[in-house]
Amino acid sequence: MPFTFRHALLAGAVTLAAATGALAQKSAADGIAEYRAMLADGNPAELFEAKGEDLWKRKRGPKQASLERCDLGLGPGVVKGAWVQLPRWFADTRRVQDLESRLLTCMETLQGIPAAEVAKTPFGQGEQVTMEALAAWISGESRGQRMNLPQAHAEEKRMYQMGQKAFFYRGGPMDFACSTCHGQADKRIRLQDLPDLRSNPGDGVGFAAWPAYRVSSGEMWSMQRRLNDCFRQQRFPYPGYASDVTIALGVYMGVNAKGAEAIAPALKR
Amino acid sequence: MTPFRKYTLGLSAVAVLAGCAAVPSAGVLDGEFLALLKGSFRSEGIATVDRLDQDAGQRACSTGQPPSEAVAKQVEAEAMATVRPPADGRYLGDWREGEKLAQSGRGMTWTDKSAAPSANGANCYNCHQITKAEISFGTIGPSLYQYGKLRGVSNPADPAAAGMVQYTWGKMFNAWAYNACSNMPRFGHKQLLDEQQMKHVMALLLDPKSPVNAD
Repeated sequence: MPFTFRHALLAGAVTLAAATGALAQKSAADGIAEYRAMLADGNPAELFEAKGEDLWKRKRGPKQASLERCDLGLGPGVVKGAWVQLPRWFADTRRVQDLESRLLTCMETLQGIPAAEVAKTPFGQGEQVTMEALAAWISGESRGQRMNLPQAHAEEKRMYQMGQKAFFYRGGPMDFACSTCHGQADKRIRLQDLPDLRSNPGDGVGFAAWPAYRVSSGEMWSMQRRLNDCFRQQRFPYPGYASDVTIALGVYMGVNAKGAEAIAPALKR
Repeated sequence: MTPFRKYTLGLSAVAVLAGCAAVPSAGVLDGEFLALLKGSFRSEGIATVDRLDQDAGQRACSTGQPPSEAVAKQVEAEAMATVRPPADGRYLGDWREGEKLAQSGRGMTWTDKSAAPSANGANCYNCHQITKAEISFGTIGPSLYQYGKLRGVSNPADPAAAGMVQYTWGKMFNAWAYNACSNMPRFGHKQLLDEQQMKHVMALLLDPKSPVNAD
């Protein structure tokens, strides 16, 4: 079924490409918006959301427990509205955690699934598939709400500063930083519009749009996976899953996006 | 290198003074940040963790602000000193090969097998308009369409064109020589492209027969 669906999407993409060629003056954003509208009734992210809800409620792992007592920041089991306040400080782990690192904590403590093992698993395999579905469902439970990360705790403020430093940190053979692509307004790579992530890039753009279903690869990508691919393209070494630098960047982008409407899980090219 | 050392010393002195204040100082945060960064990455294939070690220029260009005039001059002087002209004195190769390189964004990631320049593209279209025919171009860098024509280069071999030819080579070799902290990779300095590859891209920009100038 996903195979057939992807074919339909690819056909749509070909149509879009032809339309783009004919109307070279039309902006990439217009084209993509049109494309999204064409697919609005069938965002495959919904399939992942349904799976994620099931996984949240299902008894799994060595302890045969569900995640229904997992505290995502608003209290045990509260999922609605949790995602627009992540990453945030958690007193039990004494860490600022994003959605994925918090899920690792819950899976380990409630279900007995070793967090380090999940973090080491390649994207798209094993428990990482579980993570993608959970992230899709949990983010979707905040759809339409506005990004509102807390910054009251000293560690939340410090992680914002760490994220800011990471954002502008140039390194590697090509001297790239996050800011190379996302530190100016109204720029593109090829035809892809780039959000300026130094401030609120707008409703449903940037941080407020991930996790997202990527039509080009037929995969659900969490923000962790998105950041991983950013670092790959930056020609940086490999960022650990749920590592501190990824969480710090989440704080930086999420706080900057304050007030932006969450549309995750979104649909991407 | 000496001028940069002076600059670095200057910064440390500021950090020591700021360290007396009650709030975490810039120096303390920088230390915490580097520890956080290094604890977050691992080597994978050719993308080893030493890529996180900044050179003096990268450090000066990571503040999120344009560098001060003094720092910019320093970065530019350091960069200029790295620029090497082609060994045989010939600056232009084949524009057709240059176009292929301009189209390719490959190279230097942890999924690439080799870090040799022969495995790399030049990434140009990701950020620049170049030929009229290629409508899928980025806008982080300025348009390079009609690059040579607009700069009056009708014969790149003419001594009158030497200044523009050498500037273009230098810009590609180490973009910071002319614009400190430019977003453009330092293709020659960081050995992303070899001399022959750079010559091909030079031809794409400056050969009057290249579609950049002919179309």
